[in-house]
Amino acid sequence: MAAVAATLDKTEAAGSLVLAAAGEWLVATAAELDRRLRALEIPAGRRVTLDLAGIDRLDTTGAWLLLRTEHFLTERGNAVEMRNLRPSFEPLIDQVRATGIIAPARHPQPAHHSLVGFTARIGESSLGLIARAYSILGFFGIVCAASLRMARHPLRIGITPIVAQMEQTGVNALPIVSLLTFLIGVVIAYQGADYLRFYGLESYTVQLTAASILRELGVLLTAIIIAGRSGSAFTAQIGTMRVNEEIDAMRTIGLDPVEVLVLPRLFALVLTLPMLTLCANFMGILGGGLMAWAKLGMGIPEFLTHLSTVARWSFWIGLIKSPFFAVIIASIGCYEGFQVSGSAESVGRLTTLSVVEAIFLVIVTDAGFSIFFSALQI
Amino acid sequence: MTDQPGEPIIRVRGLVNRFGAETVHDGVDLDVFRGEVLGVVGASGAGKSVLLRTIIGLNRPAAGDVEAFGSNILTMSNNDQREIEKHWGVLFQDGALFSSLTVAENIEVPIKEYYDMPMRLMDEIAAFKVGIVGLPEGTGEKFPSQLSGGMRKRAGLARALALDPEIVFLDEPTAGLDPIAASEFDILIRDLRSSLGLTVFMVTHDLDTLFAICDRVAVLVDKKLRVGTPQQMVQDNHPWIHSYFHGPRGRAALLSETGHLGQEEMRARASV
Repeated sequence: MAAVAATLDKTEAAGSLVLAAAGEWLVATAAELDRRLRALEIPAGRRVTLDLAGIDRLDTTGAWLLLRTEHFLTERGNAVEMRNLRPSFEPLIDQVRATGIIAPARHPQPAHHSLVGFTARIGESSLGLIARAYSILGFFGIVCAASLRMARHPLRIGITPIVAQMEQTGVNALPIVSLLTFLIGVVIAYQGADYLRFYGLESYTVQLTAASILRELGVLLTAIIIAGRSGSAFTAQIGTMRVNEEIDAMRTIGLDPVEVLVLPRLFALVLTLPMLTLCANFMGILGGGLMAWAKLGMGIPEFLTHLSTVARWSFWIGLIKSPFFAVIIASIGCYEGFQVSGSAESVGRLTTLSVVEAIFLVIVTDAGFSIFFSALQI
Repeated sequence: MTDQPGEPIIRVRGLVNRFGAETVHDGVDLDVFRGEVLGVVGASGAGKSVLLRTIIGLNRPAAGDVEAFGSNILTMSNNDQREIEKHWGVLFQDGALFSSLTVAENIEVPIKEYYDMPMRLMDEIAAFKVGIVGLPEGTGEKFPSQLSGGMRKRAGLARALALDPEIVFLDEPTAGLDPIAASEFDILIRDLRSSLGLTVFMVTHDLDTLFAICDRVAVLVDKKLRVGTPQQMVQDNHPWIHSYFHGPRGRAALLSETGHLGQEEMRARASV
């Protein structure tokens, strides 16, 4: 593009000050023109003539700059006259004049940095947290009520959506869950063998790996992966449906969104998470066994002997927890989906929130189980 | 009415668009001349929006050439493409405003991208653009989710006009607006055209808009375009075009625009 040039010259004439505008008054030259216009020193009360004869090209931004100058000078009490405007630019000036000069919008205020603002924000988010906990509990109640209704009319339970959800949350998650727990098994056995060798107890590597995976890591890792994978998907799916008003459409047709959207996801996850945990446990112990063989030269019979000494309860403790985790993940995922309102942006925000909340609650619940089982002394 | 004033800003030749096995466009030719308002109509799914997206470079055609401002947009470098994008503005169907930014900040995005301007001037220009599209004062501070559909369209237009483009592409600008807002939008486009010499490429279903402000109408039928003045298209014998203009809605829109029609055409219409 050729160099665009716009000029503004100030000259003294008999009785008035003449501002001669010339060249291309366009958005491209606006910054420069704005600078020159602001630098102008015009004594209050002087007559000012805007001579526009030299303007070759004009767009709305240029026209607006001219009118802003006129407006500003008139406000200050200068008599302003525009002259010599090319007739072809007149409709443009008229249209811009019809719009008028509008005060610029304020930018959204960034967060307060004062101490009061800081405390206020802590208070606000604490209250928000309580309100959200209350609201989640309410949603959980609705889900429980809907489940009970379903239990009374078991024929209304749609098998197809449950199976479809099981495929998405279970079968499709199998590779990643298996791979990760296998690797964790390998890592624990590898690190554990080193430490135990220090005490001469390296043959207990199998017990260490199996107990930690069966009791805690298998189920916890699976729940965390599923919270990230399926909990987020639940929020995004339901949230998008809210943005598209699909949920409202459902209600008008007489379908209960909780029954149609939440229960299949909940039931599917309650069924698949224990199965995934089972698979995770197997893969983790397999990884540990492989490492015991590679590092300690332990054969299969010896490995099985060690494995059988791990208390059977360890296995059940891990597995018992998984349906509870499934309920947490599915409920939070669906709840956050229903919280979406208006924009697609909130889908993204709430998806993140749902994963964080689900993982947090899973770990808190796991801690609760730990206390519970230790009280039972198993 | 075959000789058009000005040179073509947009020139489309032999355009072919395919999605899988389905051919949407099969040899579309089109010229958009400087200063005209061109309305593109066609049945739902005929590929109107695809045509628009192809011209602005969002969709790569299977074959054919698209020239804008005299250069081929399919083969040009990214820098040239940027230079051209400065000269056009696009209004998407639902405004396509950036949801994390206020309306004023949305309008400032293209300005910021292309020009080095002080913040204060940019804010002032954004406020002025909010006014020129007829949005009430204070809209600039709002977020897109706080606006109605009609306001989002106006805000989208304000962003499209931010750089004072030579041509604007409008995708169904009046769809979903109430009749009063729709005719205000028509008047706005017409005013901008006459004051700025704006060229307008408009995909629309709105027959009133078509007759009120379009100089020429391009109809997408049988995967090709037929172009003519609204009056010429009314005479067209193609079955779809005929039922489009002579259905109950078409007739109503025509009636309100009889001032545009000569006596002869009136009689021709009466005999239909």
